[in-house]
Amino acid sequence: MTPDPRPDLTIAVPRGALLGDTLDLLDRLGVDTAEVRGNDRKLLFEDVGIVTMRPSDVPTYVEHGAADIGITGKDVLLEAPDRDVYELLDLGFGRCEMVVAVRAGGDVLGESLRRLGRVRVATKYPLIATRHFSETGRQAEIVTVKGSVELAPLTGLVDGIVDLTATGRTLAENGLEAVEQIVTCTARLVANPVAHKLKAAEIDSLVERIREEGA
Amino acid sequence: MIHPIPPGTRDVLPDEMRELRAISESLRDTFEAGGYGEVWTPAVEYEEVLRAGDENAANAGYRMFDEQGRVLALRSDMTIPIARLVATRFGDVSPLRLSYFGHAYRSVEHTSGQQREFLQGGIELIDVPGAAGEVEVIATTLAGLAAVGLARHRLGLGDGALYRTLLDALDVPADSQPGLLTCLATRDLVTLEMRVSELGLASDARDTLVRLPELRGGPEVLDRANGLANDAVDGLRVLYAALEEEGVANQVILDLGLVRELSYYTGAVYEVYDPAVGFSLGGGGRYDDLIGRFGAPRPACGLTLDLQRVHVAQAAEEGLR
Repeated sequence: MTPDPRPDLTIAVPRGALLGDTLDLLDRLGVDTAEVRGNDRKLLFEDVGIVTMRPSDVPTYVEHGAADIGITGKDVLLEAPDRDVYELLDLGFGRCEMVVAVRAGGDVLGESLRRLGRVRVATKYPLIATRHFSETGRQAEIVTVKGSVELAPLTGLVDGIVDLTATGRTLAENGLEAVEQIVTCTARLVANPVAHKLKAAEIDSLVERIREEGA
Repeated sequence: MIHPIPPGTRDVLPDEMRELRAISESLRDTFEAGGYGEVWTPAVEYEEVLRAGDENAANAGYRMFDEQGRVLALRSDMTIPIARLVATRFGDVSPLRLSYFGHAYRSVEHTSGQQREFLQGGIELIDVPGAAGEVEVIATTLAGLAAVGLARHRLGLGDGALYRTLLDALDVPADSQPGLLTCLATRDLVTLEMRVSELGLASDARDTLVRLPELRGGPEVLDRANGLANDAVDGLRVLYAALEEEGVANQVILDLGLVRELSYYTGAVYEVYDPAVGFSLGGGGRYDDLIGRFGAPRPACGLTLDLQRVHVAQAAEEGLR
């Protein structure tokens, strides 16, 4: 039995959609997550080396070494390419598609491009959206929003959106449909570059156990 | 009324200044005792000079025109200016030991908490090829950090050419190589593994390419890499033995996946770590071709430290006592 990594590593755990699968994985690795499950206001669980945060903050905490390793979505990593962290493992869970979506039943994007020379797109992922439209040779005006992005095309703010969807239900409920797939995103294990060297044995042991788990 | 300064720059007030000054004095004393004479070079260089040293001008972030319309750049790296200096002003001194303390500049994201203007201190050793040069630079830097008061610092040691030569040795097609090297440089081991799997290599070759970046630790790392008939691995073995002889090997972590972003490194590369700081304290390597881009070729290696990060590590070390 490999030694328990808990005392040695601080793990950044994402709240939100990835939380359940992440805690299940940690349970299988022998980390006691009962307190995290039982308390959704507390953020720091020092006994088990867990800090919880928004998924988009995970690369920041890990890059600065405030957490040695962390779990977050590939979407977050693609949107933060300057965060200097190791991407060690594809954990497989949290599978989502980054898509372009428009109001169902029309070629809004094509029409806007043909007549106005550009498409207008709202998103929480400006880098991913900018790169997608640039790579597909279309001029695009990217509008960054923070909240429910589905609202933007319904009010006429934009022609379409770039957003993450797991089941497509939220899109459908708002009369939107995905028209282009950009990239599939899953949860990733990331590590701080200094911890990767100074805590090599602990990190390798954890990675090996996750591989064995077949996560 | 508030008169702001640009994000990523700072005013230094007397308390901090005294401590920073003490750090640079400790390092300077160590460097001076090793025969390294201090030099200054300008903070602005002609951009073409930086570009001669590195195709991306060492990622210089700030450029301007002078009154003749020539492009100037704020230096983002100290080694290229020193290579220019050595080639143009020290033609007949050999070997040559130089040290420097000065600010360098890079563009950073406004809210990332990173420094746009950062204070560097380091050494460059010219005309001492091979392991003898590496050992001197590594031992001098480790001793300098001990003089500053650090106790837990470690130096990562790899070879910048290792993975590239391995790709050639395993007959990986030339058009697939840049993508793999980019994955390594951006530390994206997930995409690396995916792309290696797509190459259709034999399983042992595939495992080697996927596992090599994870090989780091003591001398056992070299034994695990033994299957690789590779000059770079042999070079690291010789170097590690020399570091053992010097008595500093216990502070050195061999790291076969280590890469540095600058293109002028030709062999061994280093990074310095301290458990109190999430970023490396500094780094360097061997750059045997760089001085030749400004004059006669001369083998050289060097190591630079970010003094503000060293200061953070020192403060944490004092907190432990």
